[in-house]
Amino acid sequence: MPILRLLELAQAQQQAASGFFQSSAWLLVAIPLLSAAFLLLAGKRADRWGHWVGVAASGLAFLFGLGVTVSLLGDDAATRVRSLHLFSWIPAGSLHLDAGMRLDPLSLTFVLLVTFVGTLIHVYSVAYMEQDPSRRRFFAYLNFFIAAMLLLVLADSYLLLFVGWEGVGLASYLLIGFWNHETPNAVAAKKAFVMNRVGDLGLIVALMLMFATFGAVDFTTVFHAAPAASSGLLTATGLMLLLAACGKSAQFPLQAWLGDAMAGPTPVSALIHAATMVTAGVYLVVRSAPIFEGAPTAQLVVVIVGGVTLIFGAIVGLAKDDIKKALAASTTSQIGYMILAAGLGPVGYALAIFHLVTHGFFKAGLFLGAGSVMHGMDDQVDMRRFGALRKFLPFTWATFALGWLAILGIPPFSGFWSKDKIIEAAFVGDGWRPWVFGLVALIGAGITAFYMSRLFFMTYHGTERWTNDQHPHESPRLMTVPMIVLAVGSAAVGGLLSIGGAFTIWLEPVTGHHEHGEPVLSVPVITVATLALVLAGVFFAWRQYAVSTVPTTPPLASGMTRAARRDLYQDEVNEAVFMRPGQYLTRSLVYADRRVLDAGVNGLGRLVAASGEVLRRLQNGFARTYAATMVAGLLILLVVVLVFQS
Amino acid sequence: MNLSNYLVLASLLFAIGTATVLLRRNAIIVFMGVELMLNAANLLLVTFARIHGDLQGQVMAFFVMVVAAAEVVVGLAIIVSIFRTRRSASVDDVNLLKN
Repeated sequence: MPILRLLELAQAQQQAASGFFQSSAWLLVAIPLLSAAFLLLAGKRADRWGHWVGVAASGLAFLFGLGVTVSLLGDDAATRVRSLHLFSWIPAGSLHLDAGMRLDPLSLTFVLLVTFVGTLIHVYSVAYMEQDPSRRRFFAYLNFFIAAMLLLVLADSYLLLFVGWEGVGLASYLLIGFWNHETPNAVAAKKAFVMNRVGDLGLIVALMLMFATFGAVDFTTVFHAAPAASSGLLTATGLMLLLAACGKSAQFPLQAWLGDAMAGPTPVSALIHAATMVTAGVYLVVRSAPIFEGAPTAQLVVVIVGGVTLIFGAIVGLAKDDIKKALAASTTSQIGYMILAAGLGPVGYALAIFHLVTHGFFKAGLFLGAGSVMHGMDDQVDMRRFGALRKFLPFTWATFALGWLAILGIPPFSGFWSKDKIIEAAFVGDGWRPWVFGLVALIGAGITAFYMSRLFFMTYHGTERWTNDQHPHESPRLMTVPMIVLAVGSAAVGGLLSIGGAFTIWLEPVTGHHEHGEPVLSVPVITVATLALVLAGVFFAWRQYAVSTVPTTPPLASGMTRAARRDLYQDEVNEAVFMRPGQYLTRSLVYADRRVLDAGVNGLGRLVAASGEVLRRLQNGFARTYAATMVAGLLILLVVVLVFQS
Repeated sequence: MNLSNYLVLASLLFAIGTATVLLRRNAIIVFMGVELMLNAANLLLVTFARIHGDLQGQVMAFFVMVVAAAEVVVGLAIIVSIFRTRRSASVDDVNLLKN
């Protein structure tokens, strides 16, 4: 009997604990947000220890997220979608909006990724930003970034998601332009912000469309009503959501800001690329699955955008000599894979999120590695000035190598499990689609292998090409430990989460259960082809950048390479197609405003003033004139009366 | 009695009064013009009262006379005080409010 009692007690306690974690999930957002506010308000006296508050806030959020996840795991799989009502946000008559959180496997996957990778990046930043006088402010922004991203993924309505969405945009602006005393950095921050606004416009229009059709913007109502809505409307909403995703995730045609965003400190790049920013677009598309499923056209556009971006990013990555910009191009490309997977329909959602998670690990690791190299090389970013760094940065080399193998998709590292599955899924379908999308994904993998190997060999192997007075040295523990953790993650996470399809099953309450159809090529053929392409890419990169000497200045190259070095002229195109005409438009509008509107209003004023000037003369101060006026008026009245009487 | 005689006389009186008001500068003379106009109106009131056999017109004329008397008192007082300060009774000189 007592044992039974004990069991009951334990169960009750466990339920109480899970209830506590789930009902106070708002703390996930509140903790980093409060920490950010505290750090900003605390002033100089917190300069010496403020960064540890930031680290602690992020770490606490991770532990809390872990608690919520574990408590959710304790529930039955079917009931793993929880809505948590927080407060009544906009109660205005028939329009009633609640602020609430949605706890489900999808949002919690993001919570864990964002807080875990985020915490590691926080720790790394403690050392990386040590010399910076405004390190406290940096940590405040980092915490704010985390809080905004958590709000974005935990929101239970599109409107609350939009709040987090804008918060992420603001935080990225503040962090990209963190060293804004130099003009290019400030310009890069502005560029990121403005291009993000273009995407935000899509989300705003999508919100309006939802309000107009469903009368609500919370996920539950919208997704419930979506299957009944007309496909034209769903297509429009889907395309607007895609535009938003393109802005945030740097997808074609809004990809131009990501390369420039490298102007921020390297931990920021790691955070933006791995956890808090570019993943938001993928989240939005996967979250809006019920809308996209009613709109096959929008889905097709999603896949096309993903495919174009993945090739675009890969080509740009081939030609970049700046180590961070090459990594940025690879992010664009990898997010292209995720968007492509998300556009493939139910089969792809779990794959997109899975690749997002593994990518979060290896890309954060790669960026932190690049930061470590820059740390040892006096902020040099030109890979043509690196070379043979393996001896001097052993830990960085080893962790970077694991990240490199992961992004290449070499088994058994993480990237293999996620990317290979996406390539397989791209080959599923009828007609021309599987061939086109599958081959694009396959070729993308080959190009990725080439440029990532190029980056790896140019940095760590070959001959020393440093400028004279550089003494490369390994980074301190605070930087290497996060890199090691991420490297272990890059190596193992993909495989571990794939055992028995664990990750797909975990996401099933959100994405639903779907068997993926037979690809047009058999699975082993695809895997072998991918691996062959990847190994060919590595081989060519090894021959060109490890064995033969790399020139320290970019050699003259074909038109294609020159185009890739300039990001395939994305800035020129944007400038010619959007910026200049936009400027002309505003200028002509200003002109029209001055010449037409202002002229009309001012003319009216001048007319009144001029008539006053004329009428003023009537008031000449002579009593007899006034009398004459009265008589004249009287006579006129008399005449009028007489005329109209007869 | 012939109505047009009365009408012509009243009109003449009114015209003379009006011309006096408009053309003369001396405030006293202007006042006399005003009186002429009032009396022209009075003459018509009385005339029509007689024709219609109705006393209302005559009563009205008395009212006009009373009000005119009061007006003359106030007006003359103003003229006298203006004359005292400005040494002139010309209506054209009364222009303090203009500037």
